[in-house]
Amino acid sequence: MIRSRFTSLILVVVFLCSLVSLQQAQAGAMIQEGSTLKPADSASVREMKEKPGEEKFNPGEMIMEHVVDNHEWHIITLGHLNLYLPLPVLIICEGQFHAFWSSKFHNETHSYLGFTLSKQGANKGKIVTVQQEMTGKGPNVYDFSITKTVLAIFLSSFFLILIFISVANRYRKEPNQAPHGLQNLLEPLILFIRDDVAKSSIGEKKYEKYLPYLLTIFFFILFNNLLGIIPIFPGGANVTGNIAVTGVMAVFTLIITTISGNRHYWIDIINTPGVPWWLKLPIPLMPIVEIIGIITKPFVLMVRLFANMTAGHIIILGFISIIFIFGQISSVLGIGVGIPTLLFMIFMDLLELLVAFIQAYVFTLLSALYFGLATIEPEHH
Amino acid sequence: MELVNPGIGLIVWMTLAFLAILYILGKYAWKPIMTALKERESSIHDALNSAEKAKEEMKKMEFSNEQLLLEAKNERDIILSTARKIKETIIEESKQKASEEANRIIVSAKESIRNEKMAAMTDLKNQLAELSLEVAKKILKKELSDPKKQEEYSKELMKDVKFN
Repeated sequence: MIRSRFTSLILVVVFLCSLVSLQQAQAGAMIQEGSTLKPADSASVREMKEKPGEEKFNPGEMIMEHVVDNHEWHIITLGHLNLYLPLPVLIICEGQFHAFWSSKFHNETHSYLGFTLSKQGANKGKIVTVQQEMTGKGPNVYDFSITKTVLAIFLSSFFLILIFISVANRYRKEPNQAPHGLQNLLEPLILFIRDDVAKSSIGEKKYEKYLPYLLTIFFFILFNNLLGIIPIFPGGANVTGNIAVTGVMAVFTLIITTISGNRHYWIDIINTPGVPWWLKLPIPLMPIVEIIGIITKPFVLMVRLFANMTAGHIIILGFISIIFIFGQISSVLGIGVGIPTLLFMIFMDLLELLVAFIQAYVFTLLSALYFGLATIEPEHH
Repeated sequence: MELVNPGIGLIVWMTLAFLAILYILGKYAWKPIMTALKERESSIHDALNSAEKAKEEMKKMEFSNEQLLLEAKNERDIILSTARKIKETIIEESKQKASEEANRIIVSAKESIRNEKMAAMTDLKNQLAELSLEVAKKILKKELSDPKKQEEYSKELMKDVKFN
C-alpha cells in the first residue's frame, strides 16, 4: 500500500518535472564548473578572466541564493542546460491580483506585467514594480507567491501526513501488536516526545492536551531539517532556516502559552515571587522584565532554529565555494583542495544530521517547558 | 529576499499549512496512535500483572500439590499397614479355623470309627453265635441220627441229671 502511494508520488514528481522549462543557461555561477574542469594553464586562466561574458564566481552571492527563498526551484545545471521548476507568482498590487508562472520573467526585459525581480538593494530577489526598480519608488507589492519554501512546506506536509496516517492505520489495524517497519522507526520518537518531553515538562495531568502540537512541531522541524540536508529536488529548500517559518511556529507556541496561562502564571509575572519589593514597587521593573520575557522566549525559539539551520547550510555551501574559488585559479589546485574539503563537508553533513535532531528536540522541549510554566499549579505547603 | 526579513506571503502560507497539518495529524494520526499506544501499554501492564498472579497461584498450587502428595503418601502407608494387619489376622483366623475343623473332623472320624467298630463287633458276634448254633445244630443232627447214639447220649445226659 505504501509502495503504491510512493509510485503515485513519483508520478506527481514526473508531472511537475514535465512543467519545467528547459532553458539555455545564462552564464551563471554554476556553469563555471565546466570551465574549471578543463586543463588550465596560467594562460587559459588569464584568458578566462579577460572574457567579457564570463562572470567571476561570487561565493557570497551563490550561498545567499541557496539559503534564501526563491521564486523558482533550481534543480540542476548541466552544461548549458538549466533545469528549474517554475513556481506560481501570486501578487496583489494596488488592489489588483495577478497570477502567473515565474518563468514569465525569463525574457529580454526580465519583467512581466510591469513587475520584475529586483536585482539589487534592500528588495533583492523580491518582486517589485519595474518603476520601483528604476526609480526606487513605487507601490507596495504584496507577494503571496508559492515560492520554493512554500512548495517545500507543502511537499513536506504532504509527506508527513502520508507517513503518519499510514503509521496510524497500522496502529488501528493491528492494535496491541509489536510495531514493525516505519512504525517501529517512529514509535521511539513519538514515545520520546510523549514521555521525556511532554510528560516531564508539563506534567502527568495536562500533557495530553499539548501533545498533538508538540508532536507536530517536532516532526515538522525534524522532517524539514532532514529534507534541507538532501541537496536534490524534493529536498534542499532551507525551510527551517527561514525566519518566517520558524517565526510562525514560535508565534504558535506564544499563542498556546498565553491562552493556557493560568492565574498562577499571570500572578507570577505581575508579582514575581522571591524578588525584593523595591524591584517591583516604585518602578515596576520586574513585571516589565517578565512581560518582555513573554515575547523574548518565542523570539529566541525563532532565532535559534533559523540561525542554526541557516548557519549549517552556509558552512556546507562555504566548503563547496572553496573548491570553486581554488578551481578558478587552477584545476589541479581545485582538485587538491577539493579532496580535504569534501571530507570536511561530509563531516559537516553528519554534524548537520545531528543538529537536525537536536534543534527539533530543543524547539519542542522549550515549547513544552513554556506550556509547563503556564499551566503549573501553585504548590501548597 | 532578505535573510532575516520574513515575507508576508510565506508567513500566510506557513500558517495555513501548519494549521492544516496540525489539524490533520492531530485528528487522523496522533489521536489513534496515542490511544493505540495507551491501549497497548495497559494491555501489557495487565498481561504482566496477570502473569504475576498466575505465577503466585502456581506457587500456591504447587504447595498444595505437595501437601496433597504428602497426605496421599500417608494415607497409602496407613492403608498398607492396615491391609497388612488385616491380612495377618485373616491368616491367623483361617489357620485357627482350619486346625479347629481338622480337630473336629478327627474327633468325628474317631467317633465314627468306634461306632463302626462296635457295629462290626456286634455283627461279628451275632454271626459267630449263629454260626456256632448252626454247627452245633449240625453236629447234633449228625450225633443223634444214629438211635444207638441217641440212646447213649440220652443215657449220658441222664447221668448228668441228678435227681435230688
